[in-house]
Amino acid sequence: MNTLKQAVTDFGWPRIIIFLFVVALFIGAPFVNVRVDSSFTDVFNRFGQNAVLVLALVPMVQAGCGLNFGLPVGIIAGLLGSTLAMEFGLVGWAGFLGAIALALPFAVAFGFAYGFLLNKVKGEEMTIAMYVGFSIVTFFAILWLLLPYSSPNMVWGYAGRGLRTTITLEGYWGRILNDFLALRIGENFQFPTGMILFVVLLTVLMGFFLRSKTGTAMTAVGSNPDFARAGGVSADRMRLTSVVLSTVIGAVGILVYQQSFGFIQIYNAPLFMAFPAVAALLIGGASVNKASMLNVIVGTFLFQSILTMTPSVINSVLQTDMSEVIRILISNGMILYALTRKTKVTK
Amino acid sequence: MSNESPLLSFEGITKDFYGTVVLKDVSFTLGRGQILGLVGENGAGKTTLMSVLFGMPVISETGGFSGAVKLDGQAVSFRNPFDALDAGIGMVHQEFSLIPGFTTTENIVLNRESLKAGPAVEVFGERLSVLDRPAMRARAESAIGRLGVKLDPEMLVSEMPVGHKQFTEIAREINRDNVRLLVLDEPTAVLTESEAEVLLTALRNLAAQGISIIFISHRLHEVLSICDRIVTLRDGHVVKDTEAKGVTVADVASWMVGRGVDETSRKGAARELPGKALEVENLWVDMPGETVRNVSFSVREGEIFGIGGLAGQGKLGIPNGIMGLYPAGGTVRLHGEPVTLDAPRAALDAGMAFVSEDRRGVGLLLDESLDWNIAFTAMQVKGEYLKTYLGGLVRLRDEKAMRALTEEYVKLLDVKCTGPKQKAKELSGGNQQKICLAKAFALKPTVLFVSEPTRGIDVGAKALVLDNLRHYNRDFGTTIVMVSSELEELRSICDRIAIVDEGRIAGILSPDAPLSEFGLLMAGVKVAEEVRP
Repeated sequence: MNTLKQAVTDFGWPRIIIFLFVVALFIGAPFVNVRVDSSFTDVFNRFGQNAVLVLALVPMVQAGCGLNFGLPVGIIAGLLGSTLAMEFGLVGWAGFLGAIALALPFAVAFGFAYGFLLNKVKGEEMTIAMYVGFSIVTFFAILWLLLPYSSPNMVWGYAGRGLRTTITLEGYWGRILNDFLALRIGENFQFPTGMILFVVLLTVLMGFFLRSKTGTAMTAVGSNPDFARAGGVSADRMRLTSVVLSTVIGAVGILVYQQSFGFIQIYNAPLFMAFPAVAALLIGGASVNKASMLNVIVGTFLFQSILTMTPSVINSVLQTDMSEVIRILISNGMILYALTRKTKVTK
Repeated sequence: MSNESPLLSFEGITKDFYGTVVLKDVSFTLGRGQILGLVGENGAGKTTLMSVLFGMPVISETGGFSGAVKLDGQAVSFRNPFDALDAGIGMVHQEFSLIPGFTTTENIVLNRESLKAGPAVEVFGERLSVLDRPAMRARAESAIGRLGVKLDPEMLVSEMPVGHKQFTEIAREINRDNVRLLVLDEPTAVLTESEAEVLLTALRNLAAQGISIIFISHRLHEVLSICDRIVTLRDGHVVKDTEAKGVTVADVASWMVGRGVDETSRKGAARELPGKALEVENLWVDMPGETVRNVSFSVREGEIFGIGGLAGQGKLGIPNGIMGLYPAGGTVRLHGEPVTLDAPRAALDAGMAFVSEDRRGVGLLLDESLDWNIAFTAMQVKGEYLKTYLGGLVRLRDEKAMRALTEEYVKLLDVKCTGPKQKAKELSGGNQQKICLAKAFALKPTVLFVSEPTRGIDVGAKALVLDNLRHYNRDFGTTIVMVSSELEELRSICDRIAIVDEGRIAGILSPDAPLSEFGLLMAGVKVAEEVRP
């Protein structure tokens, strides 16, 4: 009994409630003519699609830079990578890997600049990060029009210049990870093996990184910068490293997202991409300065399950379109909840 | 003395904080127009006694006190400092509480301004009265006049020299109509000697007008020069309550520090130690509140070198500066090799380790487990407790080695914990201190700095920590520099003790030197005799 109680406390009530809610949705689904197998397909797809973006938040949380509301900085780097890869006419695996390769230098450069800025505003990282994200997205909204892209698949048809708001990856590298070794069971269930493997690979690498000397130092900086300094570790350098790492993984994350979604979305699309990722990590049980791989997996899974199931199930039950309202309620509510718990850390 | 009841009397004041007795049966009286000097080491109970007098909330929140405070023969018990002010007690704190953008006058009459009614009062009531500036100025000038000093009533506080700020504070307190008793906590600490002289004259003026004064100071010669009576506190007891006449600075100094009883606890003759482990020349450290101005000393190989002195004089700045935690300059040589200052990593690489006085702020990762706390610095500095994978390509934390290391130190230092995975914040203060020591020991330093190792821990843990330091020194030949406010502790373990005063070394003594000499050095009086290294 005690061990059960302990397990429940460890796992956390918010997660248990959300988990039971998700289970209830799955149980209720058949009664309102929602197919459970296709729902599972959606859940796995959306899990893989978003997990890397959630993973991107971890290094900054561990280094004490807070939740990376500036995730759009990495996303922009990813967008540059994918649009350039299309511009150069790379298709298939060459396209996807090329996009990653092209995005990396941008991500590193942006990450450095962003990290320098965050080191100047210690204590206010999250607020500043949010505005950095907003600024870079709107700045690039101008650049997408002005940069000399010329591939006919990307530019506006009538003007012959300036990128379209959504660009299809059909014929380039759309669903390339999803379909790799994909497992098809029955008519409506497909398991995106390639994408899930990719997510697992990145998660394991991140887990190893956090166990390395640098990762340990990073966690110590997040836990107590003065202790780390007295131990001969430069807090600023560790924070900078964490921001660069977060930005790079964010860039890779958006590329994974795009290939599963099938489209590149630019202009204002990246503006609010940080919020669902942050909410997912917090649902997973992370705090403002502690996050684990388990938080990432559990959180993404729960959050995306709700997003998948509520539109279909709740809408059928209530006969109205509540999905968007519920999505916004849960993600922002979760962020709010976590931010109010910020002071729980021992100082 | 006359037959009328004294202005203020403390009768059997006893106060403990969570079982730690800080005041025990303190009784003394203060007559009208008397100046009473209250002296004692840091932690002797002076501040707590004044908190009791003023009814500070901290006293009632921690269970109140026993005994009685009597004012004019009437027992009083103030609920808060405002009641004390109303009863005619004024307090001047060590730190200024003045509004920089206001003038002398405005500060002196603050919240007791003279008002005159304007037309708005008729309509909206008293709150819209306007200031009667000429009357305010007259009141300020009269208060300044009572002090007998020159002070421009229209000068902004922000433009004043510190001495004038101090006078403004005192003028504000005596501006109250009924003020009878003035408490001054270290009023001369920030003043130059000539300013202090003027202040002392001003205090004599006030006393002559019938205002009683409690004067708290570490500058013993000032206490002797103006006080009528001197009360010495030590460890919460009144050890001496005497007329100031005929008392010397050396007497007071030895009352302050003297313990007498446990003199025998020290053992071992002076050791012959060859070679110099650490040489420090002209060190300055910019550590807030603990500024080191110009310090030179050398520590012999295998020695336990003590650094003592009163709080705020700079003794804590010395190890913090050498270890690179605060901006510092000067020359530090370890075994003859110069050490780069301002870089914690360089100091650690050179083979020095530091147990910080700020246990929770700098010493520990409170939210992490004990094995992280102990192994972290060794991992970062020496690359230990890492396991190599893929032919040296990847190096990950060696949890098993960290666990073994932690278990070893838990056993060695007798740390009370549930295991290496317990969070550091869950341990008691004494056990946390042992973890900090273990962290430093794990680095296997050649020179170990230990700062206030027994602050805030109980007697049993204290003895254990000191024993461990002594063993570590004897068994491994590690040179230890120990900084502590507790003189008796330094005398029980150190080979030589340096006393720091005002950011400089006032003198280096053998632990067997008479207590009065330590007291004199702490009070800033030079003694001729020193122990040469």
